[in-house]
Amino acid sequence: MRRLILALILLLPNIVHASGGVALQKADTDISDTASLQAGAKLFVNYCMGCHSANYIRFQRIGKDLDLSDEELQENLMFTAEKVGETLSIAMDGTDAKRWFGVAPPDLSVIARARGTDWLYTYLLSFYLDPSRPLGVNNLAFQDVAMPHVLWEQQGWQKLVHTTDEHGHEKAELVLVNEADQEKAEKYQKEVRDLVNFLDYVGEPAKLERYSLGGKVIAFLFIFFIFAYLLKKEYWRDVH
Amino acid sequence: MNKILTTSLEWIDTRYPLTKLWNEHLAEYYAPKNFNFWYYFGSLALLVLVLQIATGIFLATNYKPDAQLAFASVEYIMRDVQYGWLLRYMHSVGASFFFIIVYLHMFRALIYGSYKKPRELLWIIGVFIYLCLMAEAFLGYLLPWGQMSYWGAQVIISLFGAIPFVGEELAVWIRGDFVISDATLNRFFAYHVVLVPLILLALVAVHVIALHEVGSNNPDGIEIKKNKDPKTGIPVDGIPFHPYYTVKDIMGVAFFLILFAIVIFYLPEMGGYFLEKNNFFPADPMKTPQHIEPLWYFTPFYAILRAVPDKLIGVVAMGASIVVLFLLPWLDRSPVKSIRYKGWIFKLALFLFIISFIGLGYLGLQPPSSAATFFARLFSVIYFAFFLLMPWYSKIDKTKPVPERVTH
Amino acid sequence: MSTTNANNAGLSYTTEGVDKEKRLTLITATSVVGAVGVGFVAWPFVASLSPSARTQAAGAPVEVDISKIEDGQRLTVEWRGKPIWIVKRTKKHLADLLTLNAKLRDPDSLEQQQPSYAQNPNRAIKPEYLVVIGICTHLGCSPSYVKEEDQHDLGSDWKGGFFCPCHGSFFDLAGRVYQGVPAPTNLVVPPYTYLSETRILVGVDQTEGVA
Repeated sequence: MRRLILALILLLPNIVHASGGVALQKADTDISDTASLQAGAKLFVNYCMGCHSANYIRFQRIGKDLDLSDEELQENLMFTAEKVGETLSIAMDGTDAKRWFGVAPPDLSVIARARGTDWLYTYLLSFYLDPSRPLGVNNLAFQDVAMPHVLWEQQGWQKLVHTTDEHGHEKAELVLVNEADQEKAEKYQKEVRDLVNFLDYVGEPAKLERYSLGGKVIAFLFIFFIFAYLLKKEYWRDVH
Repeated sequence: MNKILTTSLEWIDTRYPLTKLWNEHLAEYYAPKNFNFWYYFGSLALLVLVLQIATGIFLATNYKPDAQLAFASVEYIMRDVQYGWLLRYMHSVGASFFFIIVYLHMFRALIYGSYKKPRELLWIIGVFIYLCLMAEAFLGYLLPWGQMSYWGAQVIISLFGAIPFVGEELAVWIRGDFVISDATLNRFFAYHVVLVPLILLALVAVHVIALHEVGSNNPDGIEIKKNKDPKTGIPVDGIPFHPYYTVKDIMGVAFFLILFAIVIFYLPEMGGYFLEKNNFFPADPMKTPQHIEPLWYFTPFYAILRAVPDKLIGVVAMGASIVVLFLLPWLDRSPVKSIRYKGWIFKLALFLFIISFIGLGYLGLQPPSSAATFFARLFSVIYFAFFLLMPWYSKIDKTKPVPERVTH
Repeated sequence: MSTTNANNAGLSYTTEGVDKEKRLTLITATSVVGAVGVGFVAWPFVASLSPSARTQAAGAPVEVDISKIEDGQRLTVEWRGKPIWIVKRTKKHLADLLTLNAKLRDPDSLEQQQPSYAQNPNRAIKPEYLVVIGICTHLGCSPSYVKEEDQHDLGSDWKGGFFCPCHGSFFDLAGRVYQGVPAPTNLVVPPYTYLSETRILVGVDQTEGVA
């Protein structure tokens, strides 16, 4: 019964379509949720920055936007960087990376804009064991991906189970290898959301500022329009 | 104070025709009184041109036209430069808005016959401006050096390769290399920032001078200069551009800026139509994207290109679909200018043209498929038929009598 | 339809019966709002030219370890693209400074070439360590460090200091400029503060924040 519930939790969003794509789960990011962004930042620096840089964002900017002091930045996020003005760069060389993994792990500064938050969320939830792959894992959202499942300890391992339903349609669903990991997997989903939320923020740090300034600009333009309209109406009384 | 101003003005006027120009082109330039919604887009186009140049200059203070640095320099502008994100969005949204405005501006000419005698040259200059605008947008799109930038340019430049005999060499000469590369990027930057803007500014000046020589058309297609007041010589249906249209255009600008601001601040990507998602991947010459499409404003012509199964003829068809615009003043044999006085045939033809243009635009965005190709071919035929059959259907169309004075 | 007045009879517009006051008010009001709008629009353009976050990061304060500097030795570090000299002065050097006042253009550092905490006879927070920007105040060359005991032809009573080879200006060991040379003012002392006995932070004022 437990397995069934588990399968249902993980099943619906992970149905593989005949075309090979995967239905995307909703990431539901909220970049005004500072606590979530802070948690995501911590995950990013601890788990992702071994291989992935975020060369276009600086620690100082993260500190300013996520309400973290320079000390908090130094203690929690800055492992190899010395100054807060530095960018989230890594030491791994692109050529080495290509040799080791077959492809250089991309910089993640704008990954949320390139692939979308829903895709990233689905991707991080869709790793499964696959002995045919060099690193032992594959991913439903990214076939034959060269990336290992870095967060396997947070989620527990999943495997892909093929079934055929009564209409003869083939379905593949992701199932936890170890049932006891269910609670861990649910917690993992929240962590992934925080991480994707952080990546959403990193994609465009000025987004909230943009929304706020926009309101003021449009309000002002509206006032200007009213004056311009009254002026036009007054002059056009001459015309018949 | 007044005396100082008057004397200064006299000093200038004896050395430069300031007051004369002011009168001839503003205070005593008489435009038809019945300009409607469709007549805002000329001044809006001029506004957006100025905005693109201003934002472009300031972007150029930080952008690096080098294949290694370009993508990063755009992100530098978005994050590290104060208000850089705003300048970038103004420029990218401005480019799309420029085309919306220009298409509506051209559509006005189509419905009111503003390309007909004596405005044929005005129309031709306008089509040249349209061509320059397309070139400017194409050149500009390479600059962010994303995947779409790179591969879009690769596809379009390789079309030149289709030209017999000289094609390949020509494509290499344009690129400055055997594939799109740093050499191409650098020269496209120079063309985009200096060459084409200068040509555009010159053409716009010529366009306005040509307009002022013959005077504006209007929704009724009536020549207001034919009916002048005997005492003053002023067209009876005319009103001075200043203050009436300066004041009206300012109001138009204010409203336009509200729409512009809404998009810039809340929808700058416009669902991937103004800023494509794939362009947030840095250019990778080794990896071709699954789907390559141009930005939305090029898609009708792209659809025509893809509809033809032969590479060279496809290029010719695409070119012809734009060149045919030049011929419009001579294709339209109707005795009346404005659609208000044309018959049902022209209205039907125009309706079909609109459907096919929008349809082609939509299809140009889709990946190729047999259904898409079928409709693209159908719409291409309708598109060309609108123009090429016009000498016939515009002649047999039953028109209505055109009034002496403008109506509304 | 035409008007019946004599002015614009037969035309489509008339300026008779115009409320000039109302129009002037509307024009003024719209112009004022418009001008404010233009100011708002201009601001991002102008601001975009100020130093970006990258430039500010590159110009961030520099920490210097001064524990290893020997007596009379000059250490050079870079801050905001400029050479910063830290010279360890002996008691003799400091005593000599007081004897030079008559030969100097601005012995009491009255010109604002230093933060307030460096406006003293030694032009420094701690007398032993001089911290100056190594750029001649004449036309921007970087002077050489000439010790009293070095080979030089600056006169027998040269007490040590800096000599600029470009146009011959010289400065004493507190960076103060001599009279009769092209340079008009003393060498600039940058904002700096002590993080500890052995560490200086260049670029941050002693009492305030980052420069």
